[in-house]
Amino acid sequence: MQNVLQIVYLIPLLPLIGFLVNGLGRKHLSKSMISVIGCGTILASFVLSIWVFLQVKGGNTHVADYFNFISVGALKIPFALQIDQLSSLFLLIITGVGFLIHVYSTSYMQEEKTEHFGRYFAYLNLFIFSMLLLVMGANFVIMFIGWEGVGLCSYLLIGYWFKKQDYNKAANKAFIMNRIGDLAFLIAIFWLIAKVGSVSYTEVFSAANLAKLKATDITIITLLLFIGATGKSAQIPLYTWLPDAMAGPTPVSALIHAATMVTAGIYMIARSNLLYSMSHITMDIITYVGLATALLAATIALKQNDIKKVLAYSTVSQLGFMFLALGCGAYTAAVFHVMTHAFFKALMFLGSGSVIHAMGGEQDIRNMGGLSKKLKITFITFLIGCIAIAGIPPFSGFFSKDAILLSAFEKSPVLYGIALFTALLTAFYMFRLLFITFTGKFRGTQEQEHHLHESPVSMTVPLIILAVLSIIGGFVGIPEVFMHGGDKLGEFLSPVIASHDGHKVSHSTEYMLMGLSTGLVIIMIIFAWIKFKNYQRSEATGFGKVLENKWYVDELYESIIVNPLNKLGSFFSSIFEKSVLDDMVNGVGKMVNYGSRQMRLLQSGQVGNYVLLMVVSMVIIFVIQFFLRK
Amino acid sequence: MPINYYIFLALALFSIGIVGVLTRRNAIIIFMCIELMLNAVNLLLVAFSKMHYLKNAAADAMTTAGTDGQLFVFFIMVVAAAEVSVGLAIIVMMYRNIHSVDINFLNRLKH
Repeated sequence: MQNVLQIVYLIPLLPLIGFLVNGLGRKHLSKSMISVIGCGTILASFVLSIWVFLQVKGGNTHVADYFNFISVGALKIPFALQIDQLSSLFLLIITGVGFLIHVYSTSYMQEEKTEHFGRYFAYLNLFIFSMLLLVMGANFVIMFIGWEGVGLCSYLLIGYWFKKQDYNKAANKAFIMNRIGDLAFLIAIFWLIAKVGSVSYTEVFSAANLAKLKATDITIITLLLFIGATGKSAQIPLYTWLPDAMAGPTPVSALIHAATMVTAGIYMIARSNLLYSMSHITMDIITYVGLATALLAATIALKQNDIKKVLAYSTVSQLGFMFLALGCGAYTAAVFHVMTHAFFKALMFLGSGSVIHAMGGEQDIRNMGGLSKKLKITFITFLIGCIAIAGIPPFSGFFSKDAILLSAFEKSPVLYGIALFTALLTAFYMFRLLFITFTGKFRGTQEQEHHLHESPVSMTVPLIILAVLSIIGGFVGIPEVFMHGGDKLGEFLSPVIASHDGHKVSHSTEYMLMGLSTGLVIIMIIFAWIKFKNYQRSEATGFGKVLENKWYVDELYESIIVNPLNKLGSFFSSIFEKSVLDDMVNGVGKMVNYGSRQMRLLQSGQVGNYVLLMVVSMVIIFVIQFFLRK
Repeated sequence: MPINYYIFLALALFSIGIVGVLTRRNAIIIFMCIELMLNAVNLLLVAFSKMHYLKNAAADAMTTAGTDGQLFVFFIMVVAAAEVSVGLAIIVMMYRNIHSVDINFLNRLKH
């Protein structure tokens, strides 16, 4: 009998149908119809995902093979979906958080014209479809299709308000930076095909094939895949697109640029953990890149004044944490953090959306303040998100962050020190954001103050649900020291993720580390409270200015990559094309013209000439043939 | 007689024909030169055909192999006769129209 999981194709298919209906009917459907279709398809996928999750939990994993997608010589790439512990977990995150954000969007985007409203939901559904394909694909090629699909949707949604040129530029930036990573990913796939002759996970990760691969090949493949991940998951050096991507609508930032798409890189590495575990060089590089990104982004976030920019840099920083965990071999911890991060970061983005909504589009926190009185639910849920990300027990962020810090400590105490410092910065800038926005006096205009209001139910309910998840989400991965067998997530994922070779740290050390980080985090929060409870507008000076300007990384890229490329481009378009290419093309035409003018003289009309030419030509042909036959 | 003699004779006839076509302007003479070239070819065909036949006959007295070249000559003669009738008719028409058989007057195709 066929496995019941054969019908999992419905999970990505439903959002695709939603995309087609909303996309094609956006001029004819009413807003409520569009909302129902957009949210309904995702809800159906979510219900299916729960069913799939229960099946997987019951021990039923399956690779559903549908048809031959590419078949060239010995290489066969099937269109197959893989349902196992890792993908079912991601399915839940994507469809669950995705559904909440869809519901939230129905209010947030209410002011858009119906046509654009339909376009928005069509893109959002297409994104969910691509993301599901990405995590469900049973081989690297299907993953790559989803990978490109989410990149496209990200581009479309960042540039959703396409009338603003800046937004289009941000969309281009995101797309182009992603392309750089995608190219590396593609080369890695080619490399795999050349060396292994297959791209499907089961074959690539089979012991025989892994043993066949040379160490250098593994290093190259894993590094290329990692470069792909740096593009999609916004790591150094390709992270600068993510803060600019905040140009899109806020729910998009929550869904794509915080909860799901940017974690695709982590999913990919967790998926190929067997490969990665075999290359220490790559693991070290991932560790350092992740840690450097976490630290750099956290320092930048300290001085940002745009509410969404702070969250964006915080996302980059948290992604850095996840890569740090991957680099330390704690794949489960990384996936755990992906999950908790999806909850609390989506919560905070949606919270910031609620704030922006209330402020009538204002995003500068210097013009806010004292919002806690008017936006009670938003404030409380945002506070929960901040506590979760700062890592105070028993909120979800504590467990996942603690797992990462512990894995860093096992690798090297220095790494732990830097990671802990970054975690403290995280607590500081998140509470700075919270206090500046929600406490003190209101610093905006009178009109804005008058306009302040709590968001409608369809926006607050997702906030509340996410807040609850942010509180309890960590209980699936309680560390061994607190409760024996508490690490349910690790147990669940153990079939797909090579287990982390036991805890080397003694329980007392672990308690000490937790106590240290929690104590310091609380001190940081109090420090932020003292510093920012009555925030006064002031200009950043000295080092603060460097941070406010994001270490001038954008300017650096601008001057060493973008400008030379632009110069080269304008050289080619204005000089090379005009003088060389045009002349070449025109020259061909001129030559034909001139040649035919000369040839025309041959047509004299004198029969004698024609005959003479004919005879001479024939003689020439005979002579040539005579010599050629030798 | 060796085959060489026939070949040289045919070559001479053909060359005379070509030179005549190239140098003369009188249409009738050109026409005659073309006939000369045709007959040079005919001569070659007959000569080679005879040579092949003799070679085959030495092995088998009853053979007819190698005689087809001679048959071709008859075909060519028939076609040539037809061609002559058409060609002469054209020349007659040309004379009626321009009162000359000089081919250099026939350059209207150019315009």
